[in-house]
Amino acid sequence: MQQNSSSSEPIVSLHNVQKSFGALRVLDGVSFAVARGEVLALIGRSGSGKSTALRCIDRFEKVDGGEIVVCGHRVDRPDVNLRALRQDVGIVFQSYNLFPHLTIEQNITLAPCAVKGMATSQAKDLARKVLVQVGLEEKLHAYPEQLSGGQQQRAAIARSLAMQPKVMLFDEVTSALDPELTGEVLKVIEQLAADGMTMVMVTHEMGFAKGIADRIVFMHRGKVHETGPASILTSPTTPELTQFVGTGNLKS
Amino acid sequence: MGGHLNINHLMFLGQGALWTIGLSLIALIGGGIVGFVIALARISPLKSVRLAGAIYVQLIQGTPLLVILFLGYFGLAAIGLKVSPLVAAGASLTLYVAAYLGEIWRGCIESVPKPQWEAAEGLALSRTQRMVKVILPQAVRIATPPTVGFMVQIIKNTSLASVVGFVELMRSGQIVNNSLFEPFAIYAIIAATYFAMCYPLSLFSQRLERRMGRGRSNLAPA
Repeated sequence: MQQNSSSSEPIVSLHNVQKSFGALRVLDGVSFAVARGEVLALIGRSGSGKSTALRCIDRFEKVDGGEIVVCGHRVDRPDVNLRALRQDVGIVFQSYNLFPHLTIEQNITLAPCAVKGMATSQAKDLARKVLVQVGLEEKLHAYPEQLSGGQQQRAAIARSLAMQPKVMLFDEVTSALDPELTGEVLKVIEQLAADGMTMVMVTHEMGFAKGIADRIVFMHRGKVHETGPASILTSPTTPELTQFVGTGNLKS
Repeated sequence: MGGHLNINHLMFLGQGALWTIGLSLIALIGGGIVGFVIALARISPLKSVRLAGAIYVQLIQGTPLLVILFLGYFGLAAIGLKVSPLVAAGASLTLYVAAYLGEIWRGCIESVPKPQWEAAEGLALSRTQRMVKVILPQAVRIATPPTVGFMVQIIKNTSLASVVGFVELMRSGQIVNNSLFEPFAIYAIIAATYFAMCYPLSLFSQRLERRMGRGRSNLAPA
């Protein structure tokens, strides 16, 4: 499905990343890298550190130690240019976080106009384009509250795409949705992967991860416990992943 | 003392009522502007600015308005700064209202869910853009009912300006009473006039709150 032959620098790389909340060590020497066009799925139990690792990539959390490089930005350094970083990185959250006072179109055009100085007419064309991409072109003038959860999440993905990021982060984007709505969101993400978008996703959807991810990172107690191609989900080598995949299968 | 309540007395009271409205507007506009600055200071990323805002709020909220008025009029005069009752009352009420509106608005800004900040941050908006385009429009909706409700307090509190000789509704009532000595009738008129100014605002605030309540339940995520 993807081309992993890209030999250039990784888009995202974490090296020996440390992060504590008070006395709790959430990330304990986490390292992984994501190449251009690659889809990486972060999986693990609640509290294993996977969401924190994802949030560190976009500097929503500051790390205590280690090195994070994202599209050439040294994210671990205090002097990182956050606005430049966030133009290169798109993030989609579990709770959609659309702006409730703006229409879907305004939600999408806000950042391209305000951050990139794009002309309004051009931004509106862009909004229509990204909404077509997520299958929501008819909702251009609707307000978020008029949309279902799945539609809101697709609109949030479209909003993120409009900034033309080099890498997309997905933080449990289907966890707030019922199974029926989960499907429509996953389909959009699959299409993005097929188009070659570089993605890092935290997910509980094991079947989805198996189908879409080029690589799986299984986190356990703040460490990368097992990593490999999607096939490790069917033939795990560590007892922890075996147990995790077992419970995951029971759940779905 | 003599005479009966006549049209001239009522005209005088009416003029006082207009000054009550005028002073309320001065307090609301002045206090609103300063209060907005206080609200922003209270959520500033700079600790020293946050602290300065907090100290201001605590000082004003811990001081009776009557004392602030005395300080503004008699206190300043004693150190050589002679100000008119209007200036003293307007400035004192502005300082007083700013502390309360600042706190109300800070609460409203902070009650916009944190993920809204994060989503705006994730889209590379600057702090000012996040505030102006994402947070404030939502905070204004939340802030409208309590702000309208607080205006009732402002109107009633302007009556304290009578002690520095500012002739608003309360003071004009006292003056009329001094010549007629019919305290029950006159103060009943004064009370009814305050009520007529405040009650519509109270009703309006309640209606806004109900409408907000409906809006909020609609906004709850699925």
